[in-house]
Amino acid sequence: LALYFHSGEREEKCIIEDLPSDTLVIGNYKVQRWDIHKQEFLESAPGLGMFVTVTTPDAEVLLSKLYGPQGTFSFTSYLSGEHAICLQSNSTRFVAFAGSKLRIHLDIRVGEHFLDESVVQAKDKVNEVNIRLEHLIEQIHHISKEQNYEREREEKFRKTSEETNSNILWWAIVQTVILVSIGIWQIKSLRDFFISKKLV
Amino acid sequence: PLPRPTMPLRGSPAVAPLLVLVLAACAARASEITFELPDNAKQCFYEEIAQGTKCTLEFQVITGGHYDVDCRLEDPDGTVLYKEMKKQYDSFTFTATRNGTYKFCFSNEFSTFTHKTVYFDFQVGEDPPLFPSENRVTALTQMESACVSIHEALKSVIDYQTHFRLREAQGRSRAEDLNTRVAYWSIGEAIILLVVSIGQVFLLKSFFSDKRTTTTRVGS
Repeated sequence: LALYFHSGEREEKCIIEDLPSDTLVIGNYKVQRWDIHKQEFLESAPGLGMFVTVTTPDAEVLLSKLYGPQGTFSFTSYLSGEHAICLQSNSTRFVAFAGSKLRIHLDIRVGEHFLDESVVQAKDKVNEVNIRLEHLIEQIHHISKEQNYEREREEKFRKTSEETNSNILWWAIVQTVILVSIGIWQIKSLRDFFISKKLV
Repeated sequence: PLPRPTMPLRGSPAVAPLLVLVLAACAARASEITFELPDNAKQCFYEEIAQGTKCTLEFQVITGGHYDVDCRLEDPDGTVLYKEMKKQYDSFTFTATRNGTYKFCFSNEFSTFTHKTVYFDFQVGEDPPLFPSENRVTALTQMESACVSIHEALKSVIDYQTHFRLREAQGRSRAEDLNTRVAYWSIGEAIILLVVSIGQVFLLKSFFSDKRTTTTRVGS
């Protein structure tokens, strides 16, 4: 768990994961609290926990659980789109407590295409190559899922662009019609007005 | 976690700790995170890197404003290794000159009201070889070398796919922005047109209605 960042005690930090449907995501985290007296991050803080909330692109909550200072969470996306993984500590201290911050170590793994070394316990050549091939096939499946998802998104993109195009055309026509009819109304109205005032 | 050796250890027991050391030195990690950077905010990430490890930092701005962000990478001494202002996308490779915690920060402090979504990929070290060459009695078989080349090709496919996905997200974000702007502008302009033209006529009429005594008659 190497990458870490700092956050306020009651602050919610979210990361966004754009996932195709049916993808497994595994997250590992570790949180440490800053100790004012020792001026360093405590190795373990009793009672410190993290709320992990995962939301789907439709703003539906997929996972919402309280874990300890160190934990692993996982979820499988059933919709494709931008999911938000949010972490917030369960600390009940007031925000006004100056100098208090948290160090959050985070590691998120998407899809099962990472090399899982612990699975490989090969005793002979054939099995080892077998396992490698299975891993490669997993990688290919992941790529294929991503490509499908990409196709969906490109379709949405194209629809938006075509909608913009027809919007512009439609509004240009409407505005020309408004301009012309307003112009005619203006001239007619003024002419009638001047005639009634006996100026013309 | 340290990758465990894939081949059963043969030979003297002294090889085992050496193997672990070798693997520790080239333990590869890659973290890719997409996060939202609010306006006037700065977000820093830290990573502990061993000396001599080759690392790559890549980042791209996906949505928000002019799609640019400030990025800064510092070594444990505080020396700035990489600093760029208002960049949309960049990739930076460096070799760690000393052990310690390296820090990289993304800053949106120059922006007053746009949130930015930033993606970054920080790769530490090289990937361990698929078939470790320690304790080998023969060269790689054809199957094994085929596996290695397919694995490399697939890694680069996944890399390209990620970049393509980000560019597509960026393009789509711009298109959706454009769509809403066109809609608002059209409605606004239509309303202004109507209000101004009807207003003009009534204003003109009001000029002539007030002056009762000064209307001139033609040909009296």
